[in-house]
Amino acid sequence: MSALTSHLRKYASAPVCHDIQINGQLVGLHDSGVLWWPEESTLVVADLHLEKGSSYARRGVMLPPYDTGATLEKLAGVMDAFDPARVICLGDSFHDAGGSDRLPAHYRAMLTTLQLGREWIWVTGNHDPVAPVRLCGETVDQVELGPLKFRHEPVEKIGSEAAEGEICGHLHPAARVRRFGRSIRRPCFTTDGTRMVLPAFGALTGGLNVTDEAFGMIFRRRQFSVFMLGNDRLFPFTASRLVAD
Amino acid sequence: MPKTSLWLSPSCPSHPKTEAMDAALLPNRFQSWFAHRGWSPRPHQLQLIDHLSAGHSTLLIAPTGAGKTLAGFLPSLLELEARGKRKAGAAGSQGVHTLYISPLKALAVDIARNLEAPVSEMDLPIRLETRTGDTPSHKRQRQKTNPPDILLTTPEQIALLLSDPASERLFASLKTVVLDELHALVTSKRGDLMALGLARLRKHAPGLRTIGLSATVAEPLDLRAYLVDQPDPGTRALAHVVEVSGGAKPDVSILNSEERLPWSGHSSRYAMGDIYELIKGHNVSLLFVNTRSQAEAVFQELWRINADTLPIALHHGSLDVGQRRKVEAAMAAGMLRAVVATSSLDMGIDWGDIDLVVNIGAPKGASRLAQRIGRANHRMDEPSKAILIPANRFEVLECQAALAASRRGDQDTPPLRKGALDVLAQHVLGMACADPIDPVALFDEIRSAETYRALTWETFEKVLSFVATGGYALKSYEQYAKLKKGKDGLWRIAHPKIAQQYRLNVGTIVEAPMLKVRLVRSKADGRRAPIGRGGRMLGEIEEYFVEQMTPGDTFIFGGEVLRLEGIRENEAFVSRAKTDNPMIPSYMGGKFPLSTYLAESVRSMLATPGSWHALPPQVREWLEIQQEKSVLPSKDGLLVETFPRGHKNYMVCYPFEGRLAHQTLGMLLTKRLERLGARPMGFVANDYALSIWGLGDLSLLFSSGKIPLDTLFEQDILGDDLDAWLAESSLMKRTFRNCAVIAGLIERRHPGQEKTGRQVTVSTDLIYDVLRSHEPDHILLQATWNDAAEGLLDISRLGELLSRIQGRITHTGLPRVSPLAVPILLEIGKEPVYGEAMDALLEDAAEELVLEAME
Repeated sequence: MSALTSHLRKYASAPVCHDIQINGQLVGLHDSGVLWWPEESTLVVADLHLEKGSSYARRGVMLPPYDTGATLEKLAGVMDAFDPARVICLGDSFHDAGGSDRLPAHYRAMLTTLQLGREWIWVTGNHDPVAPVRLCGETVDQVELGPLKFRHEPVEKIGSEAAEGEICGHLHPAARVRRFGRSIRRPCFTTDGTRMVLPAFGALTGGLNVTDEAFGMIFRRRQFSVFMLGNDRLFPFTASRLVAD
Repeated sequence: MPKTSLWLSPSCPSHPKTEAMDAALLPNRFQSWFAHRGWSPRPHQLQLIDHLSAGHSTLLIAPTGAGKTLAGFLPSLLELEARGKRKAGAAGSQGVHTLYISPLKALAVDIARNLEAPVSEMDLPIRLETRTGDTPSHKRQRQKTNPPDILLTTPEQIALLLSDPASERLFASLKTVVLDELHALVTSKRGDLMALGLARLRKHAPGLRTIGLSATVAEPLDLRAYLVDQPDPGTRALAHVVEVSGGAKPDVSILNSEERLPWSGHSSRYAMGDIYELIKGHNVSLLFVNTRSQAEAVFQELWRINADTLPIALHHGSLDVGQRRKVEAAMAAGMLRAVVATSSLDMGIDWGDIDLVVNIGAPKGASRLAQRIGRANHRMDEPSKAILIPANRFEVLECQAALAASRRGDQDTPPLRKGALDVLAQHVLGMACADPIDPVALFDEIRSAETYRALTWETFEKVLSFVATGGYALKSYEQYAKLKKGKDGLWRIAHPKIAQQYRLNVGTIVEAPMLKVRLVRSKADGRRAPIGRGGRMLGEIEEYFVEQMTPGDTFIFGGEVLRLEGIRENEAFVSRAKTDNPMIPSYMGGKFPLSTYLAESVRSMLATPGSWHALPPQVREWLEIQQEKSVLPSKDGLLVETFPRGHKNYMVCYPFEGRLAHQTLGMLLTKRLERLGARPMGFVANDYALSIWGLGDLSLLFSSGKIPLDTLFEQDILGDDLDAWLAESSLMKRTFRNCAVIAGLIERRHPGQEKTGRQVTVSTDLIYDVLRSHEPDHILLQATWNDAAEGLLDISRLGELLSRIQGRITHTGLPRVSPLAVPILLEIGKEPVYGEAMDALLEDAAEELVLEAME
């Protein structure tokens, strides 16, 4: 409780988050889909998939070219609200390895402005295994800060030491709840208290249901919780309340 | 069992008076062939020959059994006979002479088989072939280099052929196009695709004549205009018309049951005993229902009481193809006594001697009913027999209205569509695959099609730019353009791969994502083991239907109650359930809304107590009590009733404009009432009425003038509120998905690709959101809006309703529910209820969890 009050005093101006503990660290989950680590003034965001539209356009599928803009605007809003000292992008920040090179000039400028005055860490992902070009920030395969480990893909071993304090993305978790014969599917945070999978932040990123067997490799069956993204708040559910697609 | 030929029936006695050519002028081969069969050509067949030889395109309107199809082919058979055997290398011998286009590939194949007989019996020098999706590729290839004289095919195949650089040569000597079931074709996007194809065919073969074969329609002028070139945007050019007035009047009646008529519901379960007796009393009965689920329910009910084990079968579009073919074959062989069918059998192929059509549930449209009745007794001069089974009291009124329409021969087929923009986009790409595009010439060509006559140059340019680069205001995809403009001003495809992509995506039918239904052993048997590999395939089911279920839920499919075991990739694993009562309500609403014509008839019937004598006593009594306790809805106005019930207040209104329009209205009214402080909680809609309930005292709010009803139903409700709602509407997103696929924005899923399809691919919902917030005027959103206005949301009809009732709204505050309101209130809990935004639902679920934890 004292940790919470001191946190409230210290970050009184920060947006309302759902506070939980991961591997003993107090972190806040925000309904935009970002994770806020107040202790380190660090903002974590996963799977931006910038330039996904143009990645498809190259192959003749002309998706709207507005995804990068929409994602960056949303990110800018979050940065305004939290004003973090450090930002960690958890991989798949660009939809393909050439994405950062294709980034239109005004979006590059916008991103660079967001990076001003803070530490920026690009974690590599399977979509963007290389460092982005002509952009600031440090590129790493993974990074460990205190008790938390930041990487793109989760370690596929439940209860292993490597998984303790792991914050990752990659899976684009989404959950489905059924009620009165209708069902609702939303992106969500997924955690068992020792590790956490963030929802995908990018505008054109779909989701994978957390009941999929891919999640069975990282959480014990039904022994995890999700926080579904709503408008201005999160909706927590235990895994047993969720349904498959 | 021998049966009469599909396209020709024994003629009636030859008419003494023939305005057209004399049958005696037919070539000998034809005369002796007719004589040999004991037939003689009918007047309309000869008239058609006349028109065609004068070079006129013609619409033939005739009831089933009039020898329509032969009429369509006779002119071509005569011309080809006169031409004689093709000489190799002779000019004009390289192309197709006649195209026959049917909306069903099975119909094309069937007609070809039936056409073979006269061609071989008369020894005509004619080669005829079919071309469908099932035609092997070597044969398709050969058809391009060495085409038959008569090619029988589908609209999609025409689009494919026209996208081929060889199409000009292939169709240069084309003389005639026969369009079968034209009345059905023109109501869909396939009709748009065909219209564009026709425009191109006319360009390849300038003297081209078209023949449209159609059932009776409300607006024959529309079809006549569809068939010909429209050179002048100002006036409408028309094809000639030959109309065969329908033979014997059908014998239609409404079931007069001893049973109590239900207040609501769609199962018609009360009438099953009667229906069973009807089946027993006839040789072969065809039982039509409106939805797949109804078909399932009726089939199951009939078998439950089938003490004589009569052979009764089931036929609907979701069943496995093999299963359907089996039913069709058994029917043709005369082995069945009854088939329960959906609209999958509305059209085309018929088998043998059906002597009774039973229409279960409301007919929804007068013409729809007429076409269904036409399935019985394919002989013009004998009356078809049909019986209507209303499932509830409102449906009695609807059946009565349809019956009256049938006696008068009234039609209510919808007016001609406005050509869809997503189809246009597909066509433009296809044309670019064939030849470099000259935009001005292509624009003129497109506007020569009736349904695209009103297309503006601005819209056309947008479509062209959409095809080339996605058409976004943000011009960021120029470098990836699919079409590139050359120095000569012509647009060419950037890469041969584009043509390949086009070919895989051609067509306008976007199937709802389907899951295969596979039978496995039940987990409920206590087996903990994972679900096995699975056994027999039962058919396919809409993905969204399964999506609302959780493993363990039971539902009816293929005539059995099944239990959902799980979903893997694109398969739904099910087991046989040990229950007769499925948990998931099977009725999911009819696909077709009540036609405006029938709606009007029902309203006028309600408003005229003098006409009630034709109604069953139970229904009459119901209306009389309504008259006493409340008031009757007027013909052109709107009745709004309010009353308290339980702890809520209800408002029920009776627009009779169909479920889709009512749903949209309900959504909008709820939003507006909320803003006005009436605290609405939800609503439910059916074809006849709409009910909204809430916590606020609606009676008082309306009667005190706090919320004037004229303001509540003001036409501006179609403005901002609608816009706000559309952003969230899943119907709108589904419509967008279809448009995106047809227009070629995203690629169709092909067999074998579904494995990854269900999981991540690009979600069209997300594309919709992004596009809507960044470029709301995008051409694809326009196309989606047009579709929604006509189809899913029925906004155009809603607009007409709102303007009709202005100043004619009657409010009655009642102490309790009125008789007329009972049916709609009974549907609460059965039909999905629409209410608050999704978040409220989540909140509710989350709060229940809290309660659970606190107890």
